[in-house]
Order: sequence, then structure tokens, then C-alpha cells
Amino acid sequence: MTLFPGVKLHVVTGKGGTGKTTVAAALALSLAQAGRQVLLTEAEGRQGIAQLFDTAPLPYEERRVALADGGGSVYALAIDPEAALIEYLEKFYNLRRAGSALKRVGAIDFATTIAPGLRDVLLTGKVMEAATRDRRGGGRLYDAVVLDAPPTGRIARFLNVNAEVAGLARMGPIRQQADSVMNLLRSRQTAVHLVTLLEEMPVQETVDGVAELEAVGLPVGAVLVNMVRAPLLPAGSLDAAAAGRLDGAEISAGLKRAGLEPTDRLVAALAAEAGEHAGRVLLEAREREVLADLGRPRLELPLLADGADTDGLYELAELLTEQGLA
Amino acid sequence: MTAPSNDIDALLDRARVLVCCGSGGVGKTTTAAALALRAAERGRRVCVLTIDPARRLAQSMGLTELDNTPRAVGDVDGAAGGSLDAMMLDMKRTFDEIVLTHAEPARAQQILTNPFYVSLSSSFAGTQEYMAMEKLGQLNREGRWDLIVVDTPPSRSALDFLDAPQRLGRFLDGRMIRLLLAPAKAGGRAYMKVLSVGMSVFTNVLTKVLGAQALKDLSLFVASLETMFGGFRERAETTYQLLKEPGTSFVVVATPERDALREATYFVERLSAEQMPLAAVVLNRVHRSAAPELSVQRALAGAEALDETGEAPLAAAVLRVHADRLAAAIRDERTAARFAGAHRAVPLVQVAAQAGDVHDLDGLRTIGAELANGPEASAPVA
Ligand SMILES: Nc1ncnc2c1ncn2[C@@H]1O[C@H](COP(=O)(O)OP(=O)(O)O)[C@@H](O)[C@H]1O
Ligand SMILES: Nc1ncnc2c1ncn2[C@@H]1O[C@H](COP(=O)(O)OP(=O)(O)O)[C@@H](O)[C@H]1O
Ligand SMILES: [Mg+2]
Ligand SMILES: [Mg+2]
Repeated sequence: MTLFPGVKLHVVTGKGGTGKTTVAAALALSLAQAGRQVLLTEAEGRQGIAQLFDTAPLPYEERRVALADGGGSVYALAIDPEAALIEYLEKFYNLRRAGSALKRVGAIDFATTIAPGLRDVLLTGKVMEAATRDRRGGGRLYDAVVLDAPPTGRIARFLNVNAEVAGLARMGPIRQQADSVMNLLRSRQTAVHLVTLLEEMPVQETVDGVAELEAVGLPVGAVLVNMVRAPLLPAGSLDAAAAGRLDGAEISAGLKRAGLEPTDRLVAALAAEAGEHAGRVLLEAREREVLADLGRPRLELPLLADGADTDGLYELAELLTEQGLA
Repeated sequence: MTAPSNDIDALLDRARVLVCCGSGGVGKTTTAAALALRAAERGRRVCVLTIDPARRLAQSMGLTELDNTPRAVGDVDGAAGGSLDAMMLDMKRTFDEIVLTHAEPARAQQILTNPFYVSLSSSFAGTQEYMAMEKLGQLNREGRWDLIVVDTPPSRSALDFLDAPQRLGRFLDGRMIRLLLAPAKAGGRAYMKVLSVGMSVFTNVLTKVLGAQALKDLSLFVASLETMFGGFRERAETTYQLLKEPGTSFVVVATPERDALREATYFVERLSAEQMPLAAVVLNRVHRSAAPELSVQRALAGAEALDETGEAPLAAAVLRVHADRLAAAIRDERTAARFAGAHRAVPLVQVAAQAGDVHDLDGLRTIGAELANGPEASAPVA
């Protein structure tokens, strides 16, 4: 069973630090099962993917970074807008030399800086190119492409390239490029997933992000709740614990049975810690409800005790598969 | 005014500008607001410039009117004679205001509607930092406050706050811009020759890829920037100087996690290289245990023993909560000790992880008290 049949391009966004890069990589691994070929791309020049897979910084080149269970592969590409523009000029205009001349005088850097929309079209254009290759065109064919995208606060603007370049390029090839990127992004072949934590600010950003994406007609995929911690208290004791009304005598008796000396001080301290824990669990439950109101598939990934190292990635990938994302 | 009880209070009583820096999500906005409130309640006239407060915090500070000017915060204890004004930075509006104050109305309108201006002013990576600095400069010139506390934008890297404004300034004053403007001004003849080849390629490609209108828009935009005011770079540098003036100090915020501390370290080193004063490193969201005497191992062993009989599920669960909490506290304490050991000259202040979000003035007061007195003051009392 998969939640997103027919989706070829998975865009992963989220508040910074919620685990976007980690989840995008886990999703790529999960999609690469059963012999499939998946491209994992990043668009912000941070080399987060290389760090995650513990390899040297990625050049502007599709490199295999991981093998998935069942023989599939994950390739990675760090998209650089300058290289993408040169490639683009070369491909469509035979302007290879012009491209390097422009680079020498700093023109490309200039153009992509003064017109951030241009930069975004180049980045998303490259992702589109990889996602829509066919046998005739050459280049490796992928079953799916995952994009580790900019954070939620900028995602709608980033993906809504049409509007972004509308004023800058009213006609011409960049305009056409923007149009075809938009067609792919708005199609059933794309899903934009949002990574969040069960905390106030990331949840708020997720809610705002979903509204912004919907407003510009971009297809919202799943909400991916990351770093979820298991509640340690029985559900029935949460309210009492949070209100500071745990039965001290009951705790005291339990401690004694466990061979620990239940001084009043210890019992009170443990109850206070349990109270704070319960408070957090209740807060998380409220944030979960806010997310549920979005009416999107909601998947959860645990907080890994040893951090998200390579083994952890495979574990997260497995959990995504179990929950039907791939 | 109460006597200064420690370094943070002493700092709050005498500083003129405090800048809170750190990587994303560590608690910069919270710390800035907490320091500002505490300084105000100690008797100073304070303004806090926030960038991205959480929604509920913004509401409780009255930051609902987004008019880009400071407003008085209600419910501040003014008994000591102080006051607190707060504002939230509107980056685009700040940029627009620079245009409006420096260009003739007709010209200003032309700039404001230019597509390149629209794109640059609302999304250049660095515009937010530039505008935060710009706003700080403006507030400072107003001279209405004893102390201005500045929050910084949510960039990944803490150094962006120092670097981005000058990057934008350099960019807007840069070679390409000058070439587009008036090729003759750009330098010697030979230099021009090499570049003008590049330039004509540039204009050709631009016309081809974006259409002829784009080139017109771009030249117009660049020309208006030039006439509008004497150099963005100069402007950025003036504000940068403010950061070096006596009375300005930095507070670097981090959490006890590897990435955040690495960023904090970069920032601390940078400040010292720039001879900018570091007031303190705040280690925020530090875990504390109320019962450190019951070790993780004994708590877990106890919980397991109880699980076997299934007789005291509540006590078993409470023991697990404790083990978890104490383990986190031990981890954080080690991290703090390691950081302190590597930066002996840096005053390190710890603030405990609160049970919930910090979203009202009382929450800010608690954080403020911990900043001044350390987290013990508010640890759960047995
Ligand atoms: N499920 C998880 N369990 C434990 N640590 C995680 C998990 N997901 C992410 N992390 C860690 O959190 C930090 C931020 O993750 P990252 O993927 O770089 O976030 P982002 O790309 O959103 O900034 C990293 O140190 C990463 O190892
Ligand atoms: N000591 C603390 N204990 C608990 N929550 C905190 C603490 N400090 C900050 N927070 C919460 O963490 C979130 C991020 O804080 P914020 O100050 O906005 O970070 P930043 O400005 O660095 O991005 C907010 O929801 C805030 O309430
Ligand atoms: Mg990332
Ligand atoms: Mg902030």
C-alpha cells in the first residue's frame, strides 16, 4: 500500500532544524527499495546530504550515496544555480562559451542574487529535468526524485516560480521554463511533505505553510512528525501528574517495593519531574490535534537515541515504508 | 533600583545596545525579550526589536500591530521607573522606507514597483539581516531609549547577522552594478575592455533568456539605487560601527547540542577577532533533575523490578521519567562543562528547559530571573 501512488517528485520542507534533510534522505532510501533508482537533491548549497552520508562534498554531478534494501540505489545531487544556468545555456542555446565568460565576470552570481526568482527557477528547473527524463534524452532515469527544499517559511515562494519570475521575465525561455516547472509541480506527480516537531512554533509554521501551498495550488502531501518521544506515564495518570495531584502514597509504596527508600523529598521530586513530563505530553497531544485538523496523512518518526547516523537513516526509512509513504 | 546582584543585572543596568545571536531555534527571541523585560523592570527605558516571535509570545507582548514602530508593552512593572517598548521587524517595509526617505516621490514609486526591487526586497538572503541592522541604527538615532535589545533573524548560521549586511552592501555597490550603470566609471581602459566583452555577452544572454524588458527593468533599478543614496555599503558599515561602540554587547545563545554549540563557538571567536564585547554565552534549555541523588541505573533497575510484578505501574513509570530526565541533565552538564573548559574567559549562563513554551510575560520573567541568578532558583522544589 502506498499513500502517494503516481507521485514522482517528493518535495520535503519544514522549519529549519526539524530534520528536513534527515527525513528527505530517509524517504529517498525508502523509495529506493525493490531495486528502484532514486535521486536525492538539495537546493541550498549546504552539503547537508554529503554530511549525512558521511561522504566528501558533492560536486554538481549525480553520485550514488547509498544502497537500499533490495538492490535499489540512492543518488545525490547538490544543485548549484550557477552550474545549472551554464548547463541550461549550453543545452538550449549552445552558449557554453558565453556561460563561462559570464561566470568569469561574476554575472551569473550577480543575476541570481539580484533576482532570487531566477535562482529558484534554475534550481527547480534542474529538479524537473531529472524527474522528467525519458529514454530519448540520455542521462540516468529515476523512478523518483526527492528534493530537500528550503524551509517552510520560504517554500511557497520557492515553488511558485511562475509568480516569482512573472515580473522579471514576461516572455522568453525562462518564462517558458517557469511554466513547465509549474505544470509539473501542480500535477499529481508531485507531493510537498512538511516535516515538523510536536512544538508550538514548528506546528504553527506547518499550518501556515499548508495554507500558503494550497493558496497557490501546490499539492500538499503528508505531515511528517519527527523526533517523537514515547510517553512514559500511563495515559490515565497524565492529567493528575500535570496538575501536581499524583498520589504520593502510591509512589512511596512502589519505591519501597522496588527497594528504594521513599523519603518525602524524593517522592516530591519524582512527582514534580513526572508533572513536567506530563505537561509536555499533554502539550504534544494538543499540537497533534492541530496537525490532525489539517486533514493530511500524518506519519511519525521517533527520536533516535543515538542521533540520525547512517543506521538511523535505514531505521527511519523502514518506518516510512511501514506507514505507507513509499 | 535594586543593587546589581550579578553580571547580567549589572549588564542590564548599564548597556546601551544588546544583540542576541545564535543559530536557529535556540531561543534568541525569547532571550532578547526576557532581557529587555528584566531591564525595564529594573528601571530602564527599553526597546526590544524582535524579528520572529512565536505567535503567542507576540500576542502577549502586544506585537499585533505591524506598523514597524515600537509600541509600549502592557503589564510591565514600572515601579522602578522603567518602561518597555517592543516591535517586530517588517523587512520589506523597512526597505521601502529607506527608498521613500531617500528618493523623490515619483522616483520612489518607480523603484517600489520595479520587479527587481520587489524580488530583492522581499527575498534576498541577507535582506533581513541588513534591515535588522538598519532598524537598529534608526532606533538608536531616535535616542528615546536607555537600552535597545535586538533579536536576530533565524538564519542557520549565527555569523550571518554580522556578514550579510555587508555582503548586501558590497553587492549593491559592486562591479556588475557599476558596469551596468556607467561603464566609463568602472576603472582603467584595459580593465574596461576585458569586462565590456563580458558585459555585452551578459546583456545578450539576459535579453535572450529573460526578454528585452528585463534588461530595461534591471538598468532602471540599478540607476535608481545609485541616485537614491550614497552607497549601500557605506550605510551598512556605519551601522556595523555601532556594534563596536562602547555600550554595545553581544549575548550568544545556544542549546547544549553539538550544532548549536559549534555555531556559538564560531561566533565567540569572531567577536573576539572583531574586538566586539561578548557579555555572555547563554546555554538555554538545559535539563535539570530535582533528585540527582537517585542514579539513572538505580531508577531503571527499580522500574524493571516493579515491571516484573506489575504491582506498582505508577511508581515504575515515575522512575522511568526520572531516569530519562537525569540522563539528559548529566549529558547537558557534561556539555556545559566541556564548553566552559574550552572557553574559560567566557561568562556562561544557564537557563533551564521550561516545562512548556515561554509565551507570556511571567514566562519571560522566569527566564530573566534564571539569566540573572542561574536555574537553581526555579528548579522544582522538593
Ligand atoms: N529522528 C531523529 N532522531 C534523532 N535525531 C534526529 C532525527 N532527525 C533529525 N535528527 C538530528 O537533528 C539535527 C537536524 O536535522 P537536519 O536533518 O539537519 O535538519 P534540517 O535539515 O531540517 O535543518 C541533526 O543533528 C540530525 O541528526
Ligand atoms: N528555556 C526554554 N524552555 C522551554 N522552551 C523554550 C525555552 N527557550 C525558548 N523556548 C521555546 O523555544 C521556541 C523557540 O524559541 P525562540 O526564542 O523563538 O528561538 P529563536 O529566536 O532562537 O529561533 C519557542 O517556542 C520558545 O517558547
Ligand atoms: Mg537541512
Ligand atoms: Mg527568533
